[in-house]
Amino acid sequence: MYPLISFSLLLLVWVIFSGKFDWFHLTLGVFSAAFVTYFSADMYFTDRKIGIVERLGQLVRFSRYLVWLTYQIFLANLYVLRLALWPNGMSEIDPRIVRIKTYLRSNYARYVLANSITLTPGTITMKIEEDILFVHAISRKAAESLDGEMERRIAAVFESPTK
Amino acid sequence: MNMILNIACLGLLTIGIIIFFGAAIGVLRFPDFYSRMHAAGLCDTMSTICLLMGLALYQMHDLSLPNLLVVGKIFFIVAFISLTGPTSTHALIHAGYQRRNRPPIRDSKAKEGSE
Repeated sequence: MYPLISFSLLLLVWVIFSGKFDWFHLTLGVFSAAFVTYFSADMYFTDRKIGIVERLGQLVRFSRYLVWLTYQIFLANLYVLRLALWPNGMSEIDPRIVRIKTYLRSNYARYVLANSITLTPGTITMKIEEDILFVHAISRKAAESLDGEMERRIAAVFESPTK
Repeated sequence: MNMILNIACLGLLTIGIIIFFGAAIGVLRFPDFYSRMHAAGLCDTMSTICLLMGLALYQMHDLSLPNLLVVGKIFFIVAFISLTGPTSTHALIHAGYQRRNRPPIRDSKAKEGSE
């Protein structure tokens, strides 16, 4: 089942990138997608215990999370722009490193959390040690924005209550 | 319809350019290495995404198949940039953390008490 999914995804990428629909190019695409699937199918979707329906649910919830994340990134960008452009913005800068203990269990969820924190300007994840994130924040306000809402939403996406 | 597309496309391009400008100013004005990384690494990612989205919208003026394929390719670029931007920022700041003097570590829980 999972090799079939990665095969169709690869074929879709091939079609988008080549943009040609004659038989020669399509056959070439099928062959190369099958070849890549043959030696790399066990690298994707490593957690095979989760069912297909659960995966689709994750996908839907994850895209909803992405919309929220884009909005947050936009707000944070405005904040950093204000720091950079307003004359008194410099006085607000007060760099610090904040330690956050996360309760997310899977590696992938932690990776998404760290990447989301980094994507929002004003906060950068410096390193992860087990379940502790070291986050560099540019000012007190940016540090206060790490109040755990992001973590709650990621937990809602990846760690469903049914488990 | 064309009018709305044009306005949305121009709006996105303008936002992208303004964010780029702010990022450049921020790199010049911010006091130390770490806070400069905030401006350089992340505002750049956001503004590139804004610009590319504007270009994708511009491609949608006539909905033919080749144009839609170009839009798909632009979305691939957006996905790659939003993955590589944070990664390179993290690599730089981690290298700086290992080499340079570090800002003080403060616990998020003890934030109010310690200051």
